[in-house]
Amino acid sequence: MSKLEPQALTPAPATVAGAGVARPRKRRRYSLLNRRDKILLTLMVGIPLAIFLVLIWGMTLVSVGLAFTNWDGVQPIQFVGLDNFTQLFTTYPFFWPALSHNVLWLLVFVFFATPMGILLAVCLDRQMRGTSIYQTIFFTPVVLSLALVGFIWELQYSPLAGNGFIDSALVSLGIVSPASAPDWLGDSSINIWAVLIAASWRHIGYIMVLYLAGLKSVDPSLREAAAIDGANERQTFFHVVFPVMAPINVVIVVVTVIESLRAFDIAYIVNHGKNGLELLSTLITNNSISEASLLGFGSAIAVVLLTISLVPIGVYLTRVMRSEES
Amino acid sequence: MAGQRTTHNRARRRLSRVGLHIFLSVLAFIFAWPLLYALYMSLRRYGDIVANPNGPFSLPSSLSLDNYTFVWNSYPFLGYYWNTAVITIPAVILTLWISSMVAFAVSKYSWRFNLVVLMIFTAGNLLPPQVIIVPLFRLYNLTVGGLPAIPLLSQLSDNGRIYDQFIGLILIHTTFQTGFCTFVLSNYMKTLSKELVEAAMVDGAGVFTIYRKVILPLCQPALAALSTLLFVWIYNDFFWALMLFKSGDKRPITAALNNLSGQFFTDPTVVAAASMMAAVPTVVVYLLLQRYFVSGLTLGSAKG
Repeated sequence: MSKLEPQALTPAPATVAGAGVARPRKRRRYSLLNRRDKILLTLMVGIPLAIFLVLIWGMTLVSVGLAFTNWDGVQPIQFVGLDNFTQLFTTYPFFWPALSHNVLWLLVFVFFATPMGILLAVCLDRQMRGTSIYQTIFFTPVVLSLALVGFIWELQYSPLAGNGFIDSALVSLGIVSPASAPDWLGDSSINIWAVLIAASWRHIGYIMVLYLAGLKSVDPSLREAAAIDGANERQTFFHVVFPVMAPINVVIVVVTVIESLRAFDIAYIVNHGKNGLELLSTLITNNSISEASLLGFGSAIAVVLLTISLVPIGVYLTRVMRSEES
Repeated sequence: MAGQRTTHNRARRRLSRVGLHIFLSVLAFIFAWPLLYALYMSLRRYGDIVANPNGPFSLPSSLSLDNYTFVWNSYPFLGYYWNTAVITIPAVILTLWISSMVAFAVSKYSWRFNLVVLMIFTAGNLLPPQVIIVPLFRLYNLTVGGLPAIPLLSQLSDNGRIYDQFIGLILIHTTFQTGFCTFVLSNYMKTLSKELVEAAMVDGAGVFTIYRKVILPLCQPALAALSTLLFVWIYNDFFWALMLFKSGDKRPITAALNNLSGQFFTDPTVVAAASMMAAVPTVVVYLLLQRYFVSGLTLGSAKG
């Protein structure tokens, strides 16, 4: 908190010593602040910042600390070194499946949902009739909660006995026999894919809108120049538009990665993140809150999730910093 | 020759345009399908589906709003909506108030400090919530001498903790979303003209007056966009409500739906009706305020 000391507010005395002389413009702003203003400003930043630091970053640090203990919430906290991590990486049967599901989630988003969203944005960016209707339809899933997305897709995926649409349709049309109708959400070899389709349904619209806004801000003369040079639409996009969209591209990548690390709700709605739908996020809550009270062990999983998350966060911050400096 | 080529090109462009429309229409239908189907299911009778050899893959003998009546009468839906309102409305207002204050105040500090604060907020906002849930859950349950460990809230809790309390959910939403909104508003404020602020300062206005009378009115477009976005996000929250609420009846609507799952495993009509009821507020807000919603999303990424 030492950064909040009013010294940050006051101009360095040496440089402003010559009062009457023309001072740098920027510094004059500060000198107009009186003592009360400075206290007020400090409080305006300080209180929210303190709450944020405690609740978000403080809890993150506590999580890291707990990862090296075997605390169960009742017994006194005992330091166990790297035991939780050893157990996690070697004997705990759900860690590698969960991690690979998160990776799969990321890959499907990166190679399918996000490009699909970009493609839709590019299609809708042309001045065409009906664009706004398409946009509304593609974007509607985004305003639904992921939990609701889970329920809505359960209506499609439920087994025959649960009156799911897909299986009923397949059986009614004679494509599969009632006995061999797939259990889309119950079969652990396919349910992650079923869930990923539902998740993509929402992610595509999200990316589409973000990208569409970026496309609208591209200087039209760039495209005209490319067209005059004889570039076709594909060439124009990949060689002209895409490169100037670099800032948006970074945002899209960060959003995609973060969303796949945060994945939780749909898997939880389907089966609490089990039986083929394990994710790092559901392992954390199942181990430490919902089903067991292994706070140390759950925190160790949280540390893994944190470590991975720091990569996209770092990328994003570097970008923000660079754009601030320029 | 040249004329022939342009006609040819025009024909080709028209053809590709038709192709694009077909592609987009097919895709739009696929996208709309799950929601349309949920709506359709919510209007059907369960008995009708069971009696049909094709199950739900069939035309209805009749449609009715019975499922909605059933859901409304069997579950405290009005209460769920109320819970959502009690959490969402204060959280949106508080978030915008606090983040606009921080964004404003931070701009008066040195550039370096400004950047550090923004990074703390932005990076925190990007963390997956599951990273902090274990200690946060403990903190929310922690009591010191019979009072919640988070002090100023003791009057607002009926169980001596802030776990299972509306105020607890408002607190975490406000904190988390402040990260995003501060970043957006700070970027927005940078685009405002500095002359107005400086003129007010020369006139002797205090910082709070400047914030209240000069900055806030100028930020109205950004605030409108963010409030639409925040409303939808906080309304849609499932994770915090699930983790930080024990009792089903206190949960906001999205998390309360979880109470229903399992109970109606075989009856999709009830699940569909309940889902539609939960979806209505955000879909209506989105359709009415689409422009604000979209501009809120893009405000966040445009500068990024």
